[in-house]
Amino acid sequence: MSAVLEITGLKVDIPVSAGDLHAVRGIDLSVGKGETLCIVGESGCGKSLTSLSIMGLLPSRARVSADMMNFTGRPLLSMSETELSDIRGDRMAMIFQEPMTSLNPSYSIGNQLMEPLIRHRNASKDEARKRAIYLLEKVGITAAESRLNQFPHQLSGGLRQRVMIAMALMCDPELIIADEPTTALDVTIQAQILHLLAELRREFNSALILITHDLGVVARVADKVAVMYAGRIVETGRVEEVFNNPLHPYTQGLINCIPIPGKTARGSRLGSIPGIVPTLIGETQGCSFRNRCAYAGPACEIDDPVVELAPGRSYRCVLPEDQLKRQGDETIGKTGSLEAASA
Amino acid sequence: MLIYTIKRFFLAILVALTVSVITFSLNQLSGDPAIAMAGETASDSDIEYIRKLYGFDRPVHEQYLSWVARAAQGDLGQSFYFRIPVTDLLAERLPVSMILGVSAITFAIVLSVPLGVLAAMRPNSWLDRFALGLSVVGQAMPSFWLALMLIVLLGVMFPILPMTGSDSWQNFVMPTIVLGYYATPAIMRLTRAGMLEVLGSDYIRTARAKGLKRHTILFKHALRNAVIPVVSLAAVQFGFMLGGSIVIESIFALHGAGYLAWESIGRLDLPVVQAIVLVFSLFYIVLTFLSDLLNAWLDPRIRVS
Repeated sequence: MSAVLEITGLKVDIPVSAGDLHAVRGIDLSVGKGETLCIVGESGCGKSLTSLSIMGLLPSRARVSADMMNFTGRPLLSMSETELSDIRGDRMAMIFQEPMTSLNPSYSIGNQLMEPLIRHRNASKDEARKRAIYLLEKVGITAAESRLNQFPHQLSGGLRQRVMIAMALMCDPELIIADEPTTALDVTIQAQILHLLAELRREFNSALILITHDLGVVARVADKVAVMYAGRIVETGRVEEVFNNPLHPYTQGLINCIPIPGKTARGSRLGSIPGIVPTLIGETQGCSFRNRCAYAGPACEIDDPVVELAPGRSYRCVLPEDQLKRQGDETIGKTGSLEAASA
Repeated sequence: MLIYTIKRFFLAILVALTVSVITFSLNQLSGDPAIAMAGETASDSDIEYIRKLYGFDRPVHEQYLSWVARAAQGDLGQSFYFRIPVTDLLAERLPVSMILGVSAITFAIVLSVPLGVLAAMRPNSWLDRFALGLSVVGQAMPSFWLALMLIVLLGVMFPILPMTGSDSWQNFVMPTIVLGYYATPAIMRLTRAGMLEVLGSDYIRTARAKGLKRHTILFKHALRNAVIPVVSLAAVQFGFMLGGSIVIESIFALHGAGYLAWESIGRLDLPVVQAIVLVFSLFYIVLTFLSDLLNAWLDPRIRVS
């Protein structure tokens, strides 16, 4: 499988008044054609900044650097703004967290949907219109043709997000990045939108990076998972590996937070991870999870080495695999988390 | 859109009626017009005669109704001073004020909107500082003082422009600058603020994510949303420029309606004052109505319920 996107050593630094905020601190990612990569982590761990830096949409004061950041073999970081804008919306597209505000209130749905195709493919208005109607139907919007003349404020949040998805698909992109696409929606709509995304990803055979903090979502749609904490990927692997055999204490903690039907006793306490994320301003050394970790020792203050178990399967911890595995079995006390979480 | 237009239209009519009542009452409070007309040497019987002749002895509401009825037919009465119909007087003076008002608002918009946009695109750049400086100076400097300075500079030291009169387009250059500059700070600051807000919005990020060209993002997606509040402000400013140019017209001896209003107040020339206040108020109302329609056209959230 050839990689659509391949990143090693991505860093995002943002200058703030107290110094530099090291929001993303050297992460490696790769996603291939037809693959879904889920980036999981809590608010402020750098998930969104990672996705925005891939799209080149970060504000200019943010500094992005990477050892490698290739999109279909082309280095993104050495591209000019013009070259990047030729790719954006054409070969890679993004779906945002805020469907309510991500559409321009002054233009009709149709006008905004047609824009990418006209911009990138020199399509005529007629062709763009046809494609827009086709995709609106694909994303499950009824009476697609009449919707084209409607304005964003006439649509509900769920419909707007469907429009955003259709817009992302206009040029049949190789990579779709969805940044918490369901967070702002009703719970009932969330499942529909995710299902839709997964289905369309299959149908259009593009690569999908799905950013979320919902492990249930990950279990259902991901091929690969990257767990992010404080600007680093602390664990990554295929979804069944990460769920059934979580190694990093943070991943174990996250999985322990999910209630599992039939297993979690009614009235019993759900797991939680004590403490808060440390500040990432200035230099930090050692494992940034150590002050929340039950197994932390002196070694954690010095280093958090990457342990690579197999290609694409690694974690960041000083402890060896078998010890982590044992601890995981004790805290979670169940195997087959993947089936349970995706139930 | 139709319902919105009708609503706004009726609102405009109501405001116009209110304005006419206020205009009329203000004049009733500003002294006995019969005495003013008769002159200082007039006897009591002369004053009484004039009072009867012009109907000042009738009840106030009757005077108002007959005034409104005549005004609706284009008869705004006779000027006490000039002894000619007020309508003729206005026909001669209004165009001067109109030309000044239109050129001043055009000057203000052409200067402040692009400057506001550029300042918002590069906040804290030297251009932004320059725009800020220009608007602070504009806000702080009284118009009459700027007018005098311009006269000193362009009329006396480098005599390239005529200082007084309203015979050629050159007479309007200095008044246009002075009056237009007065409106520049507010329009520019509002454009800059609106543009800054819009440029940071999610839908601009979407537009960038679609790979749209810079000018498409700027002019299609950003500016249209940023100028919506500017339209309302410019309409009010324009109305102000038509009516509030009394000082400027006096300084440059432009024989416009503002200057006429000022003269007529001194002469207690009631029908002229009434007519000018009424006409300028109606201008305001029409401008507000038009800016409401323009806003509705720009913003579908108003247009499509």
